[in-house]
Amino acid sequence: MAEPRPVLEMTGIVKEFPGVRALSDVDFRLFPGEIHALMGENGAGKSTLIKVLTGVYSLDEGTITLDGGSVRFGSPLQAQQAGISTVYQEVNLCPNLSVAENIFIGREPTRMGRIQWKRMRKEAAELVDRLGLDIDVTAPLSSYPLAVQQLVAIVRSVGTGDSDGQGSGTKVLVLDEPTSSLDRDEVQELFRLMRRLKDEGVAILFVSHFLDQIYQICDRMTVLRNGTLVGEHMVADLDQVGLIQLMIGKALDQLEELHDHERRSDVGETLLKAEGLGRTGGIAPFDLEIKKGEVLGLAGLLGSGRTELARLLFGADQPDSGKVTIDGKHVSMSAPNAAIGAGVAFCSENRKTEGLVPDLTVRENIILALQASRGWTRPIPVAQRDELVAKYIKALDIRPANPEARVGRLSGGNQQKVLLARWLITQPKLLILDEPTRGIDVGAKAEIQKLVVSLSEEGMSVLYIAAELEEVLRLSHTIGVLRDRRLVAQLANGPEITSSRIMETIASGEHQ
Amino acid sequence: MSTPSVTTPSRWRALTHHHLFWPVAVLVFLLLVNVPFTPDFFSVKMTGGHLYGSLVSIVLFGSPLILVAVGMTVVIATGGIDLSVGAVVAITGALACSYISHQADQNALGGVLLAMGLGLLAGVACGLWNGFLVARMGIQPIIATLIIMVAGRGVAQLITDGQIITIDSDPYKLIGGGYWLTLPFSIFVVAAVVAVTVVLTRRTALGLLIESVGGNAEASRLVGIRSRRIKIMVYVFCALCAAIAGLMISSNTSAADGNNAGLWIELDAILAVVIGGTSLLGGRFSIGGTVVGALVIQTLTTTIYTIGVPTQTNLVFKAAVVIVVCLLQSPKFRAKVFGARFGGRFGGRSGAKGGAKPAATGADAAASTDTAAKMEVS
Amino acid sequence: MSATTQSPTAVDSRTPSKAQRLLGDRRLPVAVTALLFLVMYAGGLARYQYYGFAEPQVFLNLFIDNSYLLVAAVGVTFVILSGGIDLSVGSVIGFTTMLTAWLVERVGLPLLVVIPIALAVGAFGGFLMGYVIHNFEIQPFIVTLAGLFLFRGLCLVISKESISISDPGVSDMAQAQVSLGMGFLSIGAVVSLVVLAVAFYVLHYTRFGRRVYAIGGNEQSALLMGLPQGGTKIAVYTVSGFCSALAGLLFTLYIQSGDPLHATGMELDAIAAVVIGGTLLTGGSGYVLGTLFGVLVLGLIKSLIQFEGTLSSWWTKIATGVLLCAFILIQRLMTTRKKA
Repeated sequence: MAEPRPVLEMTGIVKEFPGVRALSDVDFRLFPGEIHALMGENGAGKSTLIKVLTGVYSLDEGTITLDGGSVRFGSPLQAQQAGISTVYQEVNLCPNLSVAENIFIGREPTRMGRIQWKRMRKEAAELVDRLGLDIDVTAPLSSYPLAVQQLVAIVRSVGTGDSDGQGSGTKVLVLDEPTSSLDRDEVQELFRLMRRLKDEGVAILFVSHFLDQIYQICDRMTVLRNGTLVGEHMVADLDQVGLIQLMIGKALDQLEELHDHERRSDVGETLLKAEGLGRTGGIAPFDLEIKKGEVLGLAGLLGSGRTELARLLFGADQPDSGKVTIDGKHVSMSAPNAAIGAGVAFCSENRKTEGLVPDLTVRENIILALQASRGWTRPIPVAQRDELVAKYIKALDIRPANPEARVGRLSGGNQQKVLLARWLITQPKLLILDEPTRGIDVGAKAEIQKLVVSLSEEGMSVLYIAAELEEVLRLSHTIGVLRDRRLVAQLANGPEITSSRIMETIASGEHQ
Repeated sequence: MSTPSVTTPSRWRALTHHHLFWPVAVLVFLLLVNVPFTPDFFSVKMTGGHLYGSLVSIVLFGSPLILVAVGMTVVIATGGIDLSVGAVVAITGALACSYISHQADQNALGGVLLAMGLGLLAGVACGLWNGFLVARMGIQPIIATLIIMVAGRGVAQLITDGQIITIDSDPYKLIGGGYWLTLPFSIFVVAAVVAVTVVLTRRTALGLLIESVGGNAEASRLVGIRSRRIKIMVYVFCALCAAIAGLMISSNTSAADGNNAGLWIELDAILAVVIGGTSLLGGRFSIGGTVVGALVIQTLTTTIYTIGVPTQTNLVFKAAVVIVVCLLQSPKFRAKVFGARFGGRFGGRSGAKGGAKPAATGADAAASTDTAAKMEVS
Repeated sequence: MSATTQSPTAVDSRTPSKAQRLLGDRRLPVAVTALLFLVMYAGGLARYQYYGFAEPQVFLNLFIDNSYLLVAAVGVTFVILSGGIDLSVGSVIGFTTMLTAWLVERVGLPLLVVIPIALAVGAFGGFLMGYVIHNFEIQPFIVTLAGLFLFRGLCLVISKESISISDPGVSDMAQAQVSLGMGFLSIGAVVSLVVLAVAFYVLHYTRFGRRVYAIGGNEQSALLMGLPQGGTKIAVYTVSGFCSALAGLLFTLYIQSGDPLHATGMELDAIAAVVIGGTLLTGGSGYVLGTLFGVLVLGLIKSLIQFEGTLSSWWTKIATGVLLCAFILIQRLMTTRKKA
């Protein structure tokens, strides 16, 4: 049988932003009636590719063809009208309106300007029914859990019978991380709907990091890494270990060479102990022990729960169960203040939204945590403050070396350093670093890693999260492995712990 | 030392980029407009032991506004707003005058001080109420402070029994209407409050923490800043400033008018803050800017009077100033009118903020970046 | 990012339970306000029945005396439903009274010509504000604040003093009574009820109306769903300006003069009526029927105070403030419960 023609073909896509090449000569194709997974770690280029496809970004080079015709979308609306619908993680619907309304809004059936509610409800019910869902279309959307809202969003995207005659039927449905907040049953419900759509010939682009699900529902997969295409495979042809290798690892033989362990310092007694600490929807209850001077690295794929674990140890999120003791004393994790007082510091991965105050200067951002811990009545004396700030600007090589510069104008790498400086100044006992080297140039990456080693030698404990397995391996005394929101293993680092071993642990979800 | 040809442009740029440049420039412009009409506008004469002159009048009449605006600044800096200050002005004046009017001897210093204390206490109570609603109950500041704005004047009239209470008390007259060391006493009050505010915000870490809370609430939480406490403090401070202004206003007229005292002063105060360069979205604030902004508004009123334009156009001018300032602070407007290059250059800070509109995520049109940031694919 | 920490919820109950539906029903706040009105009215009946409170005309007077507020509040409802706010309402009303008085008394134009002019000016003012709010992305609060200054200022520019209207056409219209059997309504009351009905139809039976709700619910989503969110926003402020002007005309009828101080602060009454009527200030939720009850409640407070005789008029302000506070706190509790 001759190979069917792809409904969507993207060739040679290049997209650049100032300072970074987000997509480098990427090819992608999608066939009608297939469910195609788009995979890759953070920064791999998945989201950029989708935004280029749906008209949010303009592409710098390359072509897109839809149904054989060349297209270029200037806005999401144009993409929608051409038949490419996207359902995002945040479910872009209006929670205050009913299900039927959300499905039809913008094209409600009218007669002489008057909306025909009965007809709309009937048609909505039929649509919902046709796709095998059991939802009361008159109920407000907000009365349904997110899982159902997502299904409604999909129904809206593929709903045909446009009374204005605008736009064509949906040819491509892009689902962006649709299962992140769903439980097992809800996921199956979604998959049922997806199979129904597949039978109708819709091509579905499924973005997810849940490996099990990819293997359950997808026909084909495309893997991106660092902005380039590393492979397009039929799901049946590539096993999980191979997939993980494509995404974050190197070829096996190269790995053995790269295995360079630094001489690791000795660790002391237990500093922090977490027992049964967990949060519904975040991470399953876990036990953890961090010793003084120890570097604990967390390894796992995107969405495995590393950040959630770290946030629980800082009190950034409230736990639903368990307790934490630091230096033998119980610490209540209901707010960051208690943890900060006990000597914990947290460098968030979201620099912009959770880290920096963009309109304040470098100096102000650096001393913020220290000042907050002293309260407003005891300002840090000016001379001491300037000295401290200058010291850390120099130590971390923050550029421009101007304490009065607005931190919002610095490059990503330097912003990260400012954030680091902020927490280092507080001289914490436990420093939690969540993706500190993301989006930073190679030189800065090496500096930060060296810094982590020297800090641990001086007795500071570090919790280190990084996407690159090599980093984690190089620096850690112990490696915690996470998968699908569970801490599945804690491995003492040693010569027998290799990247491939870690990846196998992730793939199997068990300690081996 | 750099050569003059390099120093001059960079000095000029440093000057124009200073956050006080535009407000002061507008103020100076307005003052100068008066000169052709009133040649002796800038003169200050000594008559009967007191200094008189247009400049003195401006500061004198603008004192209550400066006070209210300074209080409003710190509230706005945390990302909030306080619409109740006008009502607080009315309540304070009503309480103080009512108390004094019931005294046997209205000139007794003790009674006057007690009356003032009562008024200030009422202000603090209003501030605590506002702070509670905003910080503890999480209600939007516009809505929360609307309550006292609506009910407050009723309360003030309740205290005055619907009448305009007049009193005859020399000590009380001093605050708003009296003179000390040849200058109007109110100028000293204003100077003291402004000085205290500056010391409180810049000599302690309070200013930094306020700017942090307004600049990025979530980051502030993760750094361990107790935002609730700070928010309650700023609302109390704002109400206290309004209370002092209330005492000043009623002292100036030796009367308390529950209906008209401080009418619309909250709008003028917000305007002063905005002109002074503090963004309504919170973050960096400038007390100095606010003071200049309040002076601009007062000067505007005076200028309109001096140049013979009918005073009823006062409000139209104010409207024009609000519109112009806000347009200039809007990055979209600047981009449309001056071209995208100048988007970040002029006067006030960008009005866009937070996660929704990062300025430099690439070469795409503004519309794309708006929707782009919201649709973050992980 | 944030989605990763959301709790996966159980899917066993597909359709929400009856109790959940009841509590979550957005019509509940309207019912609460209606109930409040009935309770207050019953209280009035109990207390003042021998003073004439039981007359049906007392009920109809509520509509007559507050017709202008109802129209203004309906306009404000549109704005608040879309997630915005309009502070210029009172000034537009005041300006309209002044403009009408001036055009009729000083310029001598016939009423039939003046009415469309006034409406057009109000609508245009609203359009301008909406345009600036949407196109330059400046907060509605500040833009309508400028509008407040502008219209109040223009009012003063026309005349510093009051202009009373002696035109017989106007006074005829003001005194006209529409008989209803057991009582009568004024023309103003009838107009306000018509406006209410039209607003109800628009909000519930036209695409435009549904777009208003959509934008108030989630503006970002509305944009992504392809709705013409900008045009709707501008239209909403235009509607508010139009309603304010119409309210101004009704107010002129009521008070038969133009005065620079007319309707000062009336936007607060309008906003209070809308909030008490159950509309969320955050947008996306509310009914004009609720606004009607909100206006009736406020009107009833005034009426009760009149009947009481011993209470002074400023108790109205205090009572309004207390009610506003109560409803805001209730709204807050309801929304936090929904989030949890």
